[in-house]
Amino acid sequence: MNSATGSPGARILGLGHYRPSKVLTNDDIAAFVDTNDAWIRDRVGVVTRHIAADDESVVDMAVAAAGKALAAAGAEADSIDLVVTATCTLEASLPGASATIATRLGIPGPGAFDLNAACAGFCYGLTVADDAIRCGSAQRVLLIGAEKLSAWVDWTDRSTCIIFGDAAGAAVIGGSETTGIGPVVWGSDGTRAGAITIPGRDAAMHMEGQAVFRWATTTMGKVALEACRRAGVAPEDIAIVVPHQANLRIVDAIVRQLGATNAVVARDIVDSGNTSAASIPLALSRLVERGEARTGDDVLVLAFGAGLTFAGQVITCP
Amino acid sequence: MTTDEIQTGLAEILEEVAGILPADVSPEKSFTDDLDVDSLSMVEVVVAAEEKFDVKIPDDEVKNLRTVGDAVAYIEKHGAAA
Repeated sequence: MNSATGSPGARILGLGHYRPSKVLTNDDIAAFVDTNDAWIRDRVGVVTRHIAADDESVVDMAVAAAGKALAAAGAEADSIDLVVTATCTLEASLPGASATIATRLGIPGPGAFDLNAACAGFCYGLTVADDAIRCGSAQRVLLIGAEKLSAWVDWTDRSTCIIFGDAAGAAVIGGSETTGIGPVVWGSDGTRAGAITIPGRDAAMHMEGQAVFRWATTTMGKVALEACRRAGVAPEDIAIVVPHQANLRIVDAIVRQLGATNAVVARDIVDSGNTSAASIPLALSRLVERGEARTGDDVLVLAFGAGLTFAGQVITCP
Repeated sequence: MTTDEIQTGLAEILEEVAGILPADVSPEKSFTDDLDVDSLSMVEVVVAAEEKFDVKIPDDEVKNLRTVGDAVAYIEKHGAAA
């Protein structure tokens, strides 16, 4: 039997993002639940978030972000042979989003599947894409993180509805001579499965905020350090840190523990909210757009969420 | 470790995590009402206390630690150095 032969390395060729046009401020939320702007800024760090229109789907947002990523990569649609969408907020459980997304983008019949590692999905997808390209299962991968959290949030629950936003982010990943996606550090803790749940089709997001905060602030700093160690990049040489945008205080705690003293740190949660699997490609794409992340920069990406799951790796900025 | 030493150690943690002056820390003070320690800072205090006093403080116990005195008593009872 023959085996596939892949590329020596893989790297991100281009990024894109999309946020819905409707913006919801903290004052807007305070008009219908008992909360206030100062409390939300202090505990979570969100000032504004974008909310999809009623008829705007996860697929719609994914297509918008992916179209921009293809353009940024200079990639023709028909060069993509694998589409992976990280999401946990689809409107329906079948069909998955990826095949429809591919068709809408004019990508002819690629391998297509969705990936649910909740908020950690994009980092899981990066390693799936890297492995596929280096093993020869795919030449060029479109990886998307897209979420419509607003459809799964209880808008009368002030402990959760203040946190989340809707968005999509996407990356085109292709082969390269050198490594552009470093070794992953990933894992899970099923003993804490109940900490973040959407327990049924008519149920809403439930989160044990303090327990998740404790887990994230005591676990993710070590994961970040190990991802740097395995990539062979010293924390102080990391140019950009993009932690999952769950809570600004978690972001700050991770960065403090990592000792990435010279890095630009993504704080996209401030005006995007927590967008689950979309948060990392969204935040990185926006840093690139603003010129704060530059081609060749070492970027630490680090995600964690329901499961509980986590994953992190050092990647090269496109 | 004496009760005083535990309280002093706890005051150091509160200063580091939440910027609370050690002079303001006394047994009857409530973390939330008197010292203005919010729920997330309380988690950070608990994590730091676990390390400093070699004690396990499970999530379910945290809500029972209303005052500085409650926390000192818990650490005295459950800490490895007790």
